[in-house]
Amino acid sequence: MAKLLGPLPNYTFLFLSFLLLVYSGTQMVEAQLCERRSRAWATNFCPGNLLCNRQCRNAEGALSGACLREVLGNQYDTDVTTWSPAGRLFQVEYAMEAVKQGSAAIGLRSKTHVVLGCVNKANSELSSHQKKIFKVDDHIGVAIAGLTADGRVLSRYMRNECINYSFTYESPLPVGRLVVQLADKAQVCTQRSWKRPYGVGLLVAGLDESGAHLYYNCPSGNYFEYQAFAIGSRSQAAKTYLERRFENFTDSSRDDLVKDAIMAIRETLQGETLKSSICTIAVVGAGEPFHVLDQGTVQQIIDTFETAAEQEDPATEPDAATGQEAAAEQGTAADHGGSTDEGAAPMDI
Amino acid sequence: MPAACLLTGSYGSTLRYKSVERMKPIGKHSLLGASGEISDFQEILKYLDELILYDNMWDDGNSLGPKEVHNYLTRVMYNRRNKFNPLWNSLVLGGVKKGEKYLGTVSMIGVNFEDNHVATGFGNHLARPILRQEWHENLSFEDGVKILEKCMRVLLYRDRSAVNKLQIAKITEEGVTISQPYSLKTYWEFSAFENPTQGAVGSW
Repeated sequence: MAKLLGPLPNYTFLFLSFLLLVYSGTQMVEAQLCERRSRAWATNFCPGNLLCNRQCRNAEGALSGACLREVLGNQYDTDVTTWSPAGRLFQVEYAMEAVKQGSAAIGLRSKTHVVLGCVNKANSELSSHQKKIFKVDDHIGVAIAGLTADGRVLSRYMRNECINYSFTYESPLPVGRLVVQLADKAQVCTQRSWKRPYGVGLLVAGLDESGAHLYYNCPSGNYFEYQAFAIGSRSQAAKTYLERRFENFTDSSRDDLVKDAIMAIRETLQGETLKSSICTIAVVGAGEPFHVLDQGTVQQIIDTFETAAEQEDPATEPDAATGQEAAAEQGTAADHGGSTDEGAAPMDI
Repeated sequence: MPAACLLTGSYGSTLRYKSVERMKPIGKHSLLGASGEISDFQEILKYLDELILYDNMWDDGNSLGPKEVHNYLTRVMYNRRNKFNPLWNSLVLGGVKKGEKYLGTVSMIGVNFEDNHVATGFGNHLARPILRQEWHENLSFEDGVKILEKCMRVLLYRDRSAVNKLQIAKITEEGVTISQPYSLKTYWEFSAFENPTQGAVGSW
């Protein structure tokens, strides 16, 4: 075709075709997703499109390669030591996601007692369920949700701290201080490139000179004190129950507190029958060292209010709402407005 | 709760220093009194300073009470003894926290206990018998001071390393106050002290 045209048009033709090729070439690399993942970059994400492209074409005979980091997640979530432009640490947030995936744990407190409860999750019918409530000392206990292995390690740390304090001072370690130490330990993992955040949320229940306390420790290294709280999967249902009732908890008796805990757990089960084999309850209080209630006792309590529920069924379900600490932390006005509305209705026992 | 100590610092058998305050308040709730090596006592005060500082830095509602301080001191004394490098002191630790009174002692080898009345050195031999007789649960502060002054007077008469200058410390829920140094009235006009060499042969 070039022979038919004059000499000048040749160059123009070549130049135009060159442009065409280049343009279409770049389009091929960026516009479409790759057919398969590169074998060379199996464990890391390749750092940039140019390198990726060259490597894929030279080593694996591909037509083109592209950096897939932008496709999965984002480019700021590989390291815990990388900030995103919006000022977020994605790895820490992903760790908090892990807590939401764990099975539910709830805690509530009165002036003198704290109750922890959790839903027992077992891998299969053949296996035993995972231990999620740990005694840390006679006056402190913890319920976990998330990576139970991380939870176990942190419980061991807490037990160690308590024992050392007791040995030196012949006095129980104040819960508030243990919680701060735990939070500082979690914070370290959010600021080291060779560590990862703990993937477990802890509900720490304890007694000290100033009364009964319930704290929630986050993988982010934050901690909050709560009147009542729930964490883990389907915990929102328990939170709603707690939110409607938390104002009464301060003066609750120990037994009422345990009942409320069991009812809150029932909310997370969403329809599943409540049996003592699928939940664990633990109590700590003035004159009562931290201990897990045995299955028989729990089943008895379940039986008492199951029968009561049969008698006054329409009233019981709405009763099950309990006030949650979160109300104090987040939109207080809105939450209180909500709870007073429901408090006005003829339900509370 | 009253506590008393003499203001002497000895250098071997020489009564070298006569204004050494051997009682110090610790934190909000406790008082520490010591006998023995003054430099080791000062070292202990430094340890406790640091301990109380860290306790205050938590800035929460909790504070170390006399029981905790006593046990901390026990650990320190015992561990030093085990390393064959003791702090050469006998310590008395008293305090009141949340209405609970506490009084304990630790020796240089780490022996520790709590009691209603404690003493160091010669006080164990001369003062405690008096205290055992005269102490009772409902002592008022003034009566307590009277008993302590009686004990100190006996010690003043009988312990050669005593000097007539003492302080009384008062520990209550509100805090610790240490009195200014003062002297006890003593009586030397016993007839046996007149003309002491009367019946002695070969004395001058």
